[in-house]
Amino acid sequence: MANSVIQVENLVKRYGELEAVRGVSFNVEEGEVFGLLGPNGAGKTSTVEILEGLRTLDSGRVSVCGLDPQRNARELKNEIGAALQSTSLPDKLRVMEALRLFASFYKRRRDPEELLKRFGLEEKRSTFYNQLSGGQKQRLALAMALVNDPKVVFFDEPTAGLDPQVRREIYDIIEELRREKKTIVMTTHYIEEAERLCDRVAIVDHGKVIALGTPRDLKAHSGGTTRIEVRLSKPETNGTLKDLDGVIDARQVGDTYVLHSQRPPQAIVSLVKHLEAQGNDLISLEIATPSLEDVFIEMTGRRLRD
Amino acid sequence: MTNFATLTRMRIQLTLRNKMFLFFSVIMPFGFFFLYAGVFAKGIPLVVRYFLGPVIALTVMGSFWGLSAALVMFREQGILRRFHVTPVTASDMLASSVVANFVLTLPTVLLELLFARFVFHVTNLGDLFSAFLLITIGTMSFASMGLVVASVTNTMQETQVINQLIWLPLIFLSGATLPLATLPQVVKRVGLFLPATYLVTGLQSAIYWAFAPWSLDVLLALGSLAVWAALTFFLSAQLFRWEPESKIPRRAKLLAAATAIPFLLLGIWENKTNRTMAQAQAMYESLSAPSKSAPPADSRK
Repeated sequence: MANSVIQVENLVKRYGELEAVRGVSFNVEEGEVFGLLGPNGAGKTSTVEILEGLRTLDSGRVSVCGLDPQRNARELKNEIGAALQSTSLPDKLRVMEALRLFASFYKRRRDPEELLKRFGLEEKRSTFYNQLSGGQKQRLALAMALVNDPKVVFFDEPTAGLDPQVRREIYDIIEELRREKKTIVMTTHYIEEAERLCDRVAIVDHGKVIALGTPRDLKAHSGGTTRIEVRLSKPETNGTLKDLDGVIDARQVGDTYVLHSQRPPQAIVSLVKHLEAQGNDLISLEIATPSLEDVFIEMTGRRLRD
Repeated sequence: MTNFATLTRMRIQLTLRNKMFLFFSVIMPFGFFFLYAGVFAKGIPLVVRYFLGPVIALTVMGSFWGLSAALVMFREQGILRRFHVTPVTASDMLASSVVANFVLTLPTVLLELLFARFVFHVTNLGDLFSAFLLITIGTMSFASMGLVVASVTNTMQETQVINQLIWLPLIFLSGATLPLATLPQVVKRVGLFLPATYLVTGLQSAIYWAFAPWSLDVLLALGSLAVWAALTFFLSAQLFRWEPESKIPRRAKLLAAATAIPFLLLGIWENKTNRTMAQAQAMYESLSAPSKSAPPADSRK
């Protein structure tokens, strides 16, 4: 599309012998949250850092806000905001000082006070950077990415290394930005993060985009099946369960029966009818819909987090 | 320009919060000051005035340690990368180091002069304008040298080792610790190739002889240090690296060595003419014959 905020065509990046990015292409539209999902070393960070103008590309073409990150580095940096991976701030810089300092680099600015409030750092305004917790540091990093009210924001692994509760805090922040229609490009190796936060996801592996679309489409088009796990009051045979309408496969794992289905509603209705006829009771039932993880496994034969 | 200004303010703020700074930039210079003025000069005003040159030179040169090393730490910890995604340029980053360094060194030098005046009763502090210019160009040039070291080293440790290796000859062979005139002939000859020597003799000309900025001695020191500062600053901007893992280009170390060229040329000329050395000798001898405590007439151009 001509008016895409970000255009990436056949991007290639090499580090010596290693080809980290091998012909990546995608577009990001205004107001969407775009995710690059993949395992560590898949080339996500290299791709994003080329878009930010931090790294040079070896071949291909990229444009961000209509600018070439190499040739128009200065203009570009005014338009973007970023929370990098493997970065830090000086130990003895206070939270508010950091926000004010970074805001001072831009012509267009957001009020640091407002950012402080919004990211829940008001009480930490005078705290030295090295006295912040991991979650507070990350919240500050996200706040700093917004000091210039950027057109595009890059979040590189925004929740890596944070504990689950802090991770949910970060999700809330990103979801709020999503509601405000900020254009966000984020990388992650957490499935739930991509599913929950991203409008569209590019699944990346070994430097290539292996699937691209909305999380829902990606899952729908994959051969992934819904897993229905049931426990019953009386034993059943796998054979009869497998023959039920809507069920593809059934297996017994311990005292639990695991059914696979591509049409879960039918499978459940036929299961319940069958049990009624047999005078058997349902003790518990759990449904696991296919995730992007299944999509990844299907495309690569590997799990995402190994 | 504004980026440079805010960065300078940040660097000053951070340095003042660093306890190491207090030691290296305040306690150590004053330790030297009282050692020279109180012990070596025995508190005799004329001799204290003579030693002010070396003491201030030490303060000025010592300033190259902290801020350049901090820049290496910034790179190692990925702090520079964060600045790299903003419109801040390498020159902003480097110039703020140099200027912050100058701002932080100036009060120490000022206090040294005040102590000399009011504690050691040195009534005549010479040509303070010359001294100020030399202090300014001096801090800037040595800070830039620190930046070159920062650009060709990978880790803080490496930076500290190289700084030590540069620092020791600079202070011992230049007259900054022992008067140039008392050093063996060979050392004197080597000393003439060092920028520190011209800073020391320049400051002594300004303070002891009260030479004006346009006198040959002060001008020579100012000129050579300014050329050197420009060269080292330009080079450090060329070699600047934002990323911790980016490699030092092979030519970098060669280019860093090339910054010695101005003083190599000056050293050859000085070794031939013996001008600066004769000056240093005359100044030293005048201490034991206070009646002659006026500069040799022929050098006062």
